[in-house]
Amino acid sequence: MSMDKKIKLKLENISHSFVVNNEVQDAVSDVSIDVYDNEFLVILGPGRCGKSVLLNIIGGLEKPISGNLYLDGEKLQGSDKRISMVFQKLALMPWKTVMGNVEFGPQLAGVDKETRRKTAQKYIDLVGLTGFEKAYPNQLSGGMKQRVGIARAYANNPEILLMDEPFGQLDAQTRYAMEEEIQRIWQTEKRTIIFVTNNIEEAVYLGDRIILLSECPATVKQIYDVNLPRPRDTIHPEFLRIRKEVSENTDLAL
Amino acid sequence: MSEVKQEYKVEVKNLTKYFGDLHVLDDISFNIKKGEFVCVVGPTGCGKTTFLNLLTRIYMPTKGDLYIDGMPADPKKHNLAFVFQEPSSIPWLTVEQNLRFGLEIKKIDKEEINERVNNIISLLGLEKFKKLYPHQLSVSMAQRIIIGRAFAMNPDLLLMDEPYGQMDVKLRFYLEDEVINLWEKLGSTVVFITHNIEEAVYLAERILILTNKPATIKEEVIVDLPRPRDIASEKFINIRKHVTEQIKWW
Repeated sequence: MSMDKKIKLKLENISHSFVVNNEVQDAVSDVSIDVYDNEFLVILGPGRCGKSVLLNIIGGLEKPISGNLYLDGEKLQGSDKRISMVFQKLALMPWKTVMGNVEFGPQLAGVDKETRRKTAQKYIDLVGLTGFEKAYPNQLSGGMKQRVGIARAYANNPEILLMDEPFGQLDAQTRYAMEEEIQRIWQTEKRTIIFVTNNIEEAVYLGDRIILLSECPATVKQIYDVNLPRPRDTIHPEFLRIRKEVSENTDLAL
Repeated sequence: MSEVKQEYKVEVKNLTKYFGDLHVLDDISFNIKKGEFVCVVGPTGCGKTTFLNLLTRIYMPTKGDLYIDGMPADPKKHNLAFVFQEPSSIPWLTVEQNLRFGLEIKKIDKEEINERVNNIISLLGLEKFKKLYPHQLSVSMAQRIIIGRAFAMNPDLLLMDEPYGQMDVKLRFYLEDEVINLWEKLGSTVVFITHNIEEAVYLAERILILTNKPATIKEEVIVDLPRPRDIASEKFINIRKHVTEQIKWW
């Protein structure tokens, strides 16, 4: 990593715990991460290791027990409209069309109809859903719904996009298609993306860097720089070598 | 005559399925030898699940049929075991009771049940878990129970519909090695359906590639690589590449 990278988001000694059945369970333990401006950062970890908790803390949905977050050097307090989230379980509103879902954020923010329609249309086009503006979520396939979720997050014009296993429920082939898509979208409209996954292949395919977390409670186990040219070839020997290296270092969560 | 028929454990002849006007499967024919491990791949939405549901007899074909040992397949007579993508253990039964469940329905002799279930428990290393209930297990653990339950039936045909669909690479290889181990030890005849081409090449002796709807068999690929397979070897990658090219739509 070159020294001139601007730090967009700083996580400083983040720890978090929950009380389950009167017992304290640590979910995140002393995690510090620097996220660079416009990078595609992947947070990778085994199942139920605390990845989503960490993402929820960044998104302000959860307040950490200790530690601080800084956006552009300024301390974050709870949720911030510069940070937008795409969920695994699509939180699309079934009674709203694609357009209605995508323009919802700007609408809440009080943006006038003409402007927000224009913004929404731009991102609907970007994710490849032109022509489906009037369709309802139940008329769309899994991959298309996830595209709506991405367009909706973009329409809020965030500086940081958080994605919590967005392709976790898609089949292997649709997943490859969506991985290509998210990379294309990110290269067209650069934003800082923090992408959580438990899929090692997906992490190596997408990440500029991969933050590998340990099993619960989550700590940073290792950070990988992935310097392969894009779009990446999942059967290239170097790709498979990195995948293997990361895999061997990942905790097996049976 | 019957000697000749025994060459194949399972014969699928002219399997065709329509739902109303929708033509899903078109004249699919293939044979499976006893103890063979066959993977079926195809593009998303090509009709793989319909295909599987015909083999399990959940649906009846519009035309054509499935034969086991030369006889039309009958769930009352033959053991057709299946494993779905979603864990399907019975929530109010313990791990051990889940493993016994199918065998008890088939009214198999108690001694025999004990022996088979203990064998599966030791092959899967589940001694510590046998008194637990499914909700106390992780998703991958619950899926291992189902796979054990299916193998315990000594099935004539074991059908698996992408049981490791949402698991990460590391876990998947672990579970795939486990399924190969069970298959080698127990000699079951397996049809394994997947979207994941690397998985198909890792597991199968033979891969059937389906076309888009109406699905028919586009090609059969023999995978004669030694086990355990090296996913980074040139031969492995060439097969993976070839199969991918046959179905790639993305």
